[in-house]
Amino acid sequence: MKSTNSGKVSGAGRQLLLGLVFGGIFGFLLQKGGVGKYHILIGQLLLRDFTVAKVMGTAIVVGMLGVFVMHWMGVVKLHIKATRIGANTIGGLIFGAGFALSAYCPGTNMTALGQGNLDALFVVAGMLAGSYLYAEVSGLTKGSIEKWGNRGELTLPDLLSIPRKPFVAMFAVAIVAGLVALAKLTIR
Amino acid sequence: MISLLAVTTATDPLSYAGPAWSPYVVGALIGVLSWLTFYFSDKAIGASSAYANVAGAIGRLVSRRHTDSLDYFKNNPPKLNWELTLVIGVLIGSFVAAWTGHEMTGEWLPPMWQARFGANSYILRMIAAFAGGLLMAFGARLGGGCTSGHGISGTLQLSVGSWIAVVCFFLGGIPVAMLLFGI
Repeated sequence: MKSTNSGKVSGAGRQLLLGLVFGGIFGFLLQKGGVGKYHILIGQLLLRDFTVAKVMGTAIVVGMLGVFVMHWMGVVKLHIKATRIGANTIGGLIFGAGFALSAYCPGTNMTALGQGNLDALFVVAGMLAGSYLYAEVSGLTKGSIEKWGNRGELTLPDLLSIPRKPFVAMFAVAIVAGLVALAKLTIR
Repeated sequence: MISLLAVTTATDPLSYAGPAWSPYVVGALIGVLSWLTFYFSDKAIGASSAYANVAGAIGRLVSRRHTDSLDYFKNNPPKLNWELTLVIGVLIGSFVAAWTGHEMTGEWLPPMWQARFGANSYILRMIAAFAGGLLMAFGARLGGGCTSGHGISGTLQLSVGSWIAVVCFFLGGIPVAMLLFGI
């Protein structure tokens, strides 16, 4: 790690430690949520076990309310990823196919490994290879696929021309309704 | 007939243990965790870029010149950063949760995989896990994130691209999973 001055070092060191702590909490929660388990993850893609959707849906609604309220209070910045329709679609489909083969996604793979699922080691190896392979072609994709449908930091309320505050409120209600429906319609 | 029935049951995900905690409690706490990462670290949770970081660091050991010449690593030079310590933390946190909750597995083949592909299908699992990891990392880098970065952090910020990506994760994953398990 390079550092230019001592003030930066302590700040950077603090952030590395915070990353470790937040990661620790994240991993603890993922394991308790059962999403390090092979059958729960593949069960979601087989549309039999909806644990993953329930965890994600609840995290999204709680996270959205807190992050937007803090943003409106002026205490946090948003980190909205650019919408690139071509790359999001093609990359997303490739990711999904890989997810089904491994059943562990990048975060839950470390959860699986942490609880002793040793096959996750091969997923780690595959991810290192896949990351490097992407880097090999990143010059090409940047000039092609990643330009298709590049809409910048586009959000759902922008797209629908609805002001953000009422949209967040309505969307929270919609997600909660979806979660209630999931709870009623699914066995797990 | 009895053995056939047994196999059918063993490939049903619901015949195995569920999560230790309610998915709603876990999801809500992950939501709160995202407030903390925004507030204290000015960061959104994401997992996949950490692997690219390590891949770049290994690539530099093999050929520094070539690795540094690649567009992605020019823009994202490999280094020990918040994203990487986060993923290391996930490993530790999961270990603590599984150890204290008596859920350590210590197995090379998940039971449901064994029920479908046989008790000695080590090589097949190795290939599927490696190929799956390769496709996921490639797809995540091309698509701009994974189930954490798009699936939780991007969606909670209402990013259109993240919602597109998440829908595509499932559109890509569901048919492959159904083919694998012969449904």
